[in-house]
Amino acid sequence: MPSPTPSQTCEVAAAPLARRSARWQPGLAARAGPVAHSEVFSSTNHAGGAAAALALALDDWRHAPRSEVRETQDRRAVLWVQTREAARLTGRPYRAGLPEELRHRVIHVLAEKPEDALFALEEGVRCREIAFVIGELSGNPRALDFTASRRLTLAAERHGVPLYLVRLAAQRDLSSARMRWEVACAPSAAPAWNAQAPGAPAWQAELFRARAHPPGSWLLDEEGGRLRAGRKREGEEESPDRDRTGGLQPRRRPRAAGR
Amino acid sequence: MSGGQGASCSAGAPPPRRILSIWLGALAMDRWQLAQEQAEDEPLVLIADTAHGPRIEAANAAGRAAGARPGMMLADARTLCPAIRTAPSDPAGDRALLEKLAEWAMRWGPWSALDPPDGLLVDVTAVAHLFGGEPRLLENVAAAFARRRLTIRSAIAPTAGAAWALAHFGAPNSILAPDEPDHERMPAPLAELPVAALRLDADVLTVLRRLGLKRLGELTTIGRDALQRRFRNRRSPAANPLIRLDQLLGRVPEPLLPVVPQQMPLVQRRLLEPIRHRPLLDRVLADLGEDMARELEGSAQGARRLELGLWRVDGEVVVRRLELAAATRDPAHICRLFAAKLDDVDAGFGIEMLRLRASWAEPLALEQQDLEAAAEQHGTSLAACIDRLSVRLGEGAVTRPVLHASHIPERAQRWQPPLAVQAPSQAELAFHQRPLKLLDRPERIAVLYATPDGYPQRFRWRGSVHDVARVEGPERIAPEWWRERGAARLRDYYRIEDGEGRRYWIYRQGLVGDGRGGLPDWYLQGLCA
Repeated sequence: MPSPTPSQTCEVAAAPLARRSARWQPGLAARAGPVAHSEVFSSTNHAGGAAAALALALDDWRHAPRSEVRETQDRRAVLWVQTREAARLTGRPYRAGLPEELRHRVIHVLAEKPEDALFALEEGVRCREIAFVIGELSGNPRALDFTASRRLTLAAERHGVPLYLVRLAAQRDLSSARMRWEVACAPSAAPAWNAQAPGAPAWQAELFRARAHPPGSWLLDEEGGRLRAGRKREGEEESPDRDRTGGLQPRRRPRAAGR
Repeated sequence: MSGGQGASCSAGAPPPRRILSIWLGALAMDRWQLAQEQAEDEPLVLIADTAHGPRIEAANAAGRAAGARPGMMLADARTLCPAIRTAPSDPAGDRALLEKLAEWAMRWGPWSALDPPDGLLVDVTAVAHLFGGEPRLLENVAAAFARRRLTIRSAIAPTAGAAWALAHFGAPNSILAPDEPDHERMPAPLAELPVAALRLDADVLTVLRRLGLKRLGELTTIGRDALQRRFRNRRSPAANPLIRLDQLLGRVPEPLLPVVPQQMPLVQRRLLEPIRHRPLLDRVLADLGEDMARELEGSAQGARRLELGLWRVDGEVVVRRLELAAATRDPAHICRLFAAKLDDVDAGFGIEMLRLRASWAEPLALEQQDLEAAAEQHGTSLAACIDRLSVRLGEGAVTRPVLHASHIPERAQRWQPPLAVQAPSQAELAFHQRPLKLLDRPERIAVLYATPDGYPQRFRWRGSVHDVARVEGPERIAPEWWRERGAARLRDYYRIEDGEGRRYWIYRQGLVGDGRGGLPDWYLQGLCA
């Protein structure tokens, strides 16, 4: 009776570890395909959660392998589902502020109840003419339990339509999402021509649970239409209290510093 | 309009255009008498209620002999003939009858058009020989209408305008021969007609009468430029005698809108035993869906709007409507959408008849069947997905943002049905940075500023304080003076970032000392990425 040798059991146990050991980085979708179901936790007083979810979705979408049989031009739509509560808290998508390639694609669904939003999300991931689905839910609704999230994950994996669920002001409850992020806004890099102006958006993203990657924390931003992930901004350690105000408050500085 | 007006019907030249005009001079009264099924010998008028009392719309022969005229107030007619009887007029019914007659009049030509309020136009180009010539054709028309007990006058002419003029004012059954186009001379039968034969507005007719122009022939004697100077309205043909004259003589085309009869696909099931339970209802609905799909497939159409009527034994009728994002004739999809709408139907003592009607159908080419099984394999189509969403979430829940021509940010975006055609629009200027999300209504913020005309140093929004670390602005957006009232204030928009990197779009409504209110308020409108 052949029994597994210790080395074999070691290999079996090590296989998920080896998969896990791959650190997350942008552009992984080129090798492994897009992540079927991600959750992005964020607070309600900024749009960083939705923006980071969009950035992650766009990164996966740009890098996802395209089959040759598909037509060269991707005309699929993007479904953006919000509950009325989420729309009240963080607003509705504004076409002129969306990324360029999404402006004509977005189809917005406004659901009164979380149950309706979950129905819309599931219908969205079942549709072959949708590139990806963005959902925004606030709080921890009773309808979004582990069973519901597993249902979403399975549907998304089966039909290959990624789902990015933004959880506004939510506890980290049980979920079967493949990647779970906690996103906050980060100060932006100063633009080259106007140091006082807000620059390209940046987010402090913490990957606190993922099936295929170890947890980690990154500073995400976009440059030239590509998502970048750095540990820290360059030059942050050298001058931690660097003058971020860009000379915005010149008159207050001397009094405060006593100079 | 066919250009060739040559009299010969040789193979090379197209046959000259012939239009038959039928004028049902007493349409309303004829219809009333047909409905009463007896001739009325007493004086009778049909009246419509106006702000100044009942007015006569139509009168029968006895009524006209007694002095009643259309357009007269009923009180005036009563003074002439106290015994006059009245009945309400029904313009909508008259119009419906006219539409039916237009369809029926296609027996004399390939297409017919309405000539409201009481006329019909039929294109009889090159068909007169089928009836034995144009005089025989007119006799046939007269006989057919006489059988329906409708009084008509008809005429045939090369243009719709000439046929109308001869039918109303010419000799009975007059025919204007297609002669060589002569731009200088008017055919003699037309020259004798009064100017009212030009289908002009009443005030234009008054002007022409005051000018002393009574016959059509007299219009051509005074020269075009004199008429052109006097009547400058080029937009409405009914206000310009020159345009009407050119249409009468065929110098400018006059497009006519043909009547195209359309059939509404309709299927129904009468049930031997009234049904009271849901599974049976679903079964019958599935059968109806199959029938409807077959019906639609026969005409190469797909349904956009469906109406399901459920007739109950006790006389109640329950109607459920369904609108689809794209034309479809997939029975499973239709049944699935209706199933969500049948949950609250009260069957009472039972449902004895079901009727499914496609009140709006669009052309749809033949395509692959069995979408439901395909959906399991390859996912649903976008139209099916949107149908399911809008049936469950309501009509306006699924929308697409589109640009609208406005400077005001909340007006610059509108929401429209997701599969509707997007109107072409100018994109937002590239150097205008807009926020990712816009609040449904701007939220007021309390602001601490260094100068009232500058940007804020610190503000309070939803109970927490934000320090402004970076700022760009102002971008000044003026109120739309052509739409808003005069006291609307301008907006100075700032893109800001607070100490923790949260980016917002805020504005100050108004300026200090702009004379449109006190100190300006600050609002937060957008959340940037």
